[in-house]
Amino acid sequence: MGFFTDCANILIKYWPSFFLGIKTTLLIAFSGTIMGLALGLLVGGIRAIKLDKTAPSSAKMIKKVYDIISWIYIEVFRGTPMMVQALFLFYALRPIFNWTYIPAGIFVISINTGAYMAEIIRSGIQSIDIGQTEAARSLGMSNMQTMINVILPQAIKNAFPSIGNEFIVNIKDSSVLMIISITELMFQAKSIAGSTYKLTETYFITACVYLCMTMTTSFILNQIEKKMNHSKTTLPQSDTFAKTMNLAKEQEEHERTY
Amino acid sequence: MKELIKIKDVHKSFDHLEVLKGVSFEVNKNDVVCLIGASGSGKSTMLRCLNLLEVADSGEIIVDGQDILHTKDINAYRAKVGMVFQQFNLFNNMTVLKNCMLAQQKVLKRNAADAQEKALYFLKKVGMDSFAHANVNTLSGGQKQRVAIARALCMDPEILLFDEPTSALDPEMVGEVLDVMKSLAQEGLTMVIVTHEMSFAKDVSTKVVFMANGIIEEQGTPQQIFEHPTSERTKAFLARFNR
Repeated sequence: MGFFTDCANILIKYWPSFFLGIKTTLLIAFSGTIMGLALGLLVGGIRAIKLDKTAPSSAKMIKKVYDIISWIYIEVFRGTPMMVQALFLFYALRPIFNWTYIPAGIFVISINTGAYMAEIIRSGIQSIDIGQTEAARSLGMSNMQTMINVILPQAIKNAFPSIGNEFIVNIKDSSVLMIISITELMFQAKSIAGSTYKLTETYFITACVYLCMTMTTSFILNQIEKKMNHSKTTLPQSDTFAKTMNLAKEQEEHERTY
Repeated sequence: MKELIKIKDVHKSFDHLEVLKGVSFEVNKNDVVCLIGASGSGKSTMLRCLNLLEVADSGEIIVDGQDILHTKDINAYRAKVGMVFQQFNLFNNMTVLKNCMLAQQKVLKRNAADAQEKALYFLKKVGMDSFAHANVNTLSGGQKQRVAIARALCMDPEILLFDEPTSALDPEMVGEVLDVMKSLAQEGLTMVIVTHEMSFAKDVSTKVVFMANGIIEEQGTPQQIFEHPTSERTKAFLARFNR
């Protein structure tokens, strides 16, 4: 029983440190995910635009250059470890931004998540039936109006599970940011372990805390997803259902007139 | 009679497949033109060229005196030409009412009250006003198509294009959509309809265009085409429906 007693003692003595770590982890993971989503919407949204054959050649040229640059960004940030990105960006950009640790951490997570989000959003957009775009075009809506009003709302809804998953990944992967001395949970755990010399116990607690955070987040995301899909199913609704709806509606109308 | 659409020698290829091999016909104001023919004959492509969802490779399409293949403002042109699709293509993330209001507000810059009034007027016309606040995914196919027609009408189009509007519907729902189209025809709306509903074409249209293999095989009044077809191909095609 010694193991769990030790765990309890560490937790009682060091909970403020753990708590501080949790706060920082959630702060950088959450803001990093939101900003990464914004970045991904921008990068992935423009990536998904297909220009008409009638578009001017200058527009086609700009799009081509944009495609290459965004492709490089996505491949580089998905293809290298976040720890390396963190170290490189932190030291490389310190002379320019003169930043403190937390903003640097949020920046690294945002730009890393942005690369993944760009691909999630692009595939989300491409999963939307071409008919939606054609209908919007046939009504005279511009590319931008179609994207913002018709395509993106549906794409984000479809991609919501993947977007939520990025948040969970960020809660865990923000642990590598301890390398640039960000006082998130892993950084705190390491210093607690250093002062207690009880490595197994401390990291066991840390693992439990991470698990709690990810499971809670996952539960919340599931609830949101359920709510979003409340009135809709992805399966085509049967005509019988629609007819029953009509009957109910008609009955209601009927009752209202009397 | 005023000539609204003039199509002259339109060609269109997809990669190496030539779908339209020089199509020419005219649509007058208040005309109801039905494009008929076998699948793959190029009727849908011709229709899609009319509102620039496809761009013709060569030829001329003059709509209301405007050369649309060289028009600068495609969106302004499209707002004047409504389109109804085989697969309805209602916006899935909106209610019926919002479907009908969106383009009015964004493209025609109408305010919300005007757009809503117009939307409800046309929804009533197609018998869907009691579903204004329903989610489009809860509607049946026939109801969706009627909403799609109302959505197109809300833009006050000069021409309404129909791309096989009843082909994706269950048989018992075809009638409700055709009835709506019939009443629009009687009001004098200019329509170009790609359809396989031969009796509808015969009863409602003012002109029938029979297409085969990317060219117009024969065109004329419904009486000419359905009762006295001259081309062997037309005869063979229609024989399958008259049996």
